[in-house]
Amino acid sequence: MIATDHPEGDPTHQRTPPPRSRPPETTLRPIDSARYDARFASRAAGIVSSVMRDLMSLSERPQIISLAGGFPNTESFEREVFEEIVAAVSRDHLAAALQYGPTEGLAELRELIVEIMAHEGARAGVDDIMVTSGGQQAIDLSIRTFVDPGDTILAEGPTYPGAVPCFTTYEARVEHVPMDGDGLRVDLVEEALDRLGAEGRPPKLLYTIPNFHNPAGVTMSLERRERLIEIAHERELLIVEDNPYGQIRFEGDPLPSLWELDGGAGWVLYLSTFSKILAPGTRVGWVAAPAAVLRKMNLGKQAADLCSSTISQRLVIEYLRRYDWRDYVTRLNDIYRSRRDAMLRALEEEMPPEATWTRPTGGLFVWATLPSYIDTTDLLALASERHEVAFVPGRGAFLDGRGGDSMRLNFSGVPEAVIREGVRRLGLAVTEMTELHRALGGEV
Amino acid sequence: MRVAVLKGGRSLEREVSLRSGANAEAALRRLGHEVLEVDVDQHLVRTLRAERPDAAFIALHGKGGEDGTVQELLEILEIPYTGPGVLACERAWDKVVAKAHFAAAGVATPPAYAFSQDAFRELGAGEAIPEIRDRLGLPLVVKPAKQGSALGVSVAREPGQVPAALMSALSYDDRVLLERFVPGRELAISVLGTSEPWALPVVEAIPLDRDFYDFEARYTPGLTDFVAPARLPDEIAEEAARLAITCFAALGCRGLSRVDMILDPDDRLWVLEINAIPGMTDTSLLPKAADAAGLGFDEVVERILAEAALGA
Repeated sequence: MIATDHPEGDPTHQRTPPPRSRPPETTLRPIDSARYDARFASRAAGIVSSVMRDLMSLSERPQIISLAGGFPNTESFEREVFEEIVAAVSRDHLAAALQYGPTEGLAELRELIVEIMAHEGARAGVDDIMVTSGGQQAIDLSIRTFVDPGDTILAEGPTYPGAVPCFTTYEARVEHVPMDGDGLRVDLVEEALDRLGAEGRPPKLLYTIPNFHNPAGVTMSLERRERLIEIAHERELLIVEDNPYGQIRFEGDPLPSLWELDGGAGWVLYLSTFSKILAPGTRVGWVAAPAAVLRKMNLGKQAADLCSSTISQRLVIEYLRRYDWRDYVTRLNDIYRSRRDAMLRALEEEMPPEATWTRPTGGLFVWATLPSYIDTTDLLALASERHEVAFVPGRGAFLDGRGGDSMRLNFSGVPEAVIREGVRRLGLAVTEMTELHRALGGEV
Repeated sequence: MRVAVLKGGRSLEREVSLRSGANAEAALRRLGHEVLEVDVDQHLVRTLRAERPDAAFIALHGKGGEDGTVQELLEILEIPYTGPGVLACERAWDKVVAKAHFAAAGVATPPAYAFSQDAFRELGAGEAIPEIRDRLGLPLVVKPAKQGSALGVSVAREPGQVPAALMSALSYDDRVLLERFVPGRELAISVLGTSEPWALPVVEAIPLDRDFYDFEARYTPGLTDFVAPARLPDEIAEEAARLAITCFAALGCRGLSRVDMILDPDDRLWVLEINAIPGMTDTSLLPKAADAAGLGFDEVVERILAEAALGA
């Protein structure tokens, strides 16, 4: 029987959906939460809602200019290209794409990932790679695999706000190591190792984003990278190198990854993702690690989700086979570069002289620091209510309460004219706070 | 009955309001009402005109929903609504005005001074801070005059902390209140009814490891212990209920409001504020008070709805 006999499709797959009514929001009665409080795992009890999150939800108001997001630009991906790869998956790989896949990811994709890493000068083999559900899962698995409750780990200060829930879920004690314009202060890593060793709690690992740090916007210098690897080898420090932004470079030459500098010694786990070079909606990322580590991560991933979406993996494979991903990245980088320039120019014009900010040569974010008498969580309330602009307050990037004078500003997801207006509004809010501080007798 | 539940909106308490709204909707459905969910936005008037509900159940918190704005619109549209009327909402929303009404009704409220942002900018009010400190003593509670849920509220324990506390409070409203800090137990009494207001059992909020009942403690399970009914001598519980009803009447409330007070170590009760639209989230006090009264949340929602009305 041929398909035309069923213009409405396969009789087992009716084209008309069953009638639906809008489901209720809940069928549960208001329940005294005390009964759960007593049962919550300590890791869940440690996860608290925050003023910040409620403030952040305000940035979704239509008239607000949000510099708070972290969104890559997905509007420049061509519809024809997407249709082509969807058609290819449907035509050639349908049953397999709808099926479970291996926990470590489709072999073909792992080969392609090896090529992508090679382009960044990070040499790896197919067996060194495990596909994950986004770079986020790669972070989660790294921490899950190594951190017992109460273990100490090192992370930059500020650190990636999205990694904070992983750290708290596994009850890590995070020691922030400061950064400067050349990235992580590697000398202070040594100091932290000495101090924590003396306290009897040597850190299990260091979590770092060497390229175009989120949120700090800075890149670790070559000298520091080399020194960090020396330290790792001398002191047996395990490094989790998170590199989602390495390809999002606007100028200059790429620096060697920590993975490469480690020279196969196995002291570096390397994490990356297709979110920034292709699209975050794929939820495909990866980790490169020694076999012994991958075996444990594989068990962790089986518990979490068995395997990453095979449909997504297959779409990525078909795209990488047909197109040079670097062309698309070049196009994205052109857009981001102009947006970054617009933001830096606007900050120059609108911010008070005491404010400082980073000048990223890649990535998606600028990190701005205001005079210490301004609390950026309060500033967000004022800025969003009275000036209709939003950003991420710095406290979200620290676990020790620091960051109150800083903020993260995103330029990748906002057109230039909107960036200029957003920063202008931000400048008004900061000026209002500064004048108030002066009126209250404070030194400016 | 066809009931529009007004929730969400654009205030800083949007998320809390969505949770209150969801609980109210679920209760109204179980009670057999037809529920119209309205996430309040710029189309509110058009939506209500088109849908013509029999009543509006207000689950909005914060600016716009709790300050009389939405109530005024419902008056114009002639849709009866739950909770206090326009004027009572305005009085309750501004803590300075509310405290004046408490005092006039003979109810103790901690002494306080209030200033606008302009007083600091244009009249040099900052230089009067030492006198305020001398008269009220330390610690001082600094809070925005108009803002719910303890956002922007802080406790200054030393003189040097006052300016930062003022900066924080003025980020949320252009008027601030500097109030004597009264240590003690935090009690909340929900009052229902209109012509004959009556009180639900007293609930005590015991924050764990925190200065006071702040935003996070309020909405995060596990950060606060609630005891309902509060373990109090009968005469104190009765006095708290009497004071709550006095405040409710003094502001001209109807339907439902919640009065927050402190029981100091000398067994004196101090009223801090009155909430025109108390929270109905899983961690809110109202559902706990309803359970303690043996009524259950649904029954309380039904009674609140029965009091829906128009007019101040």
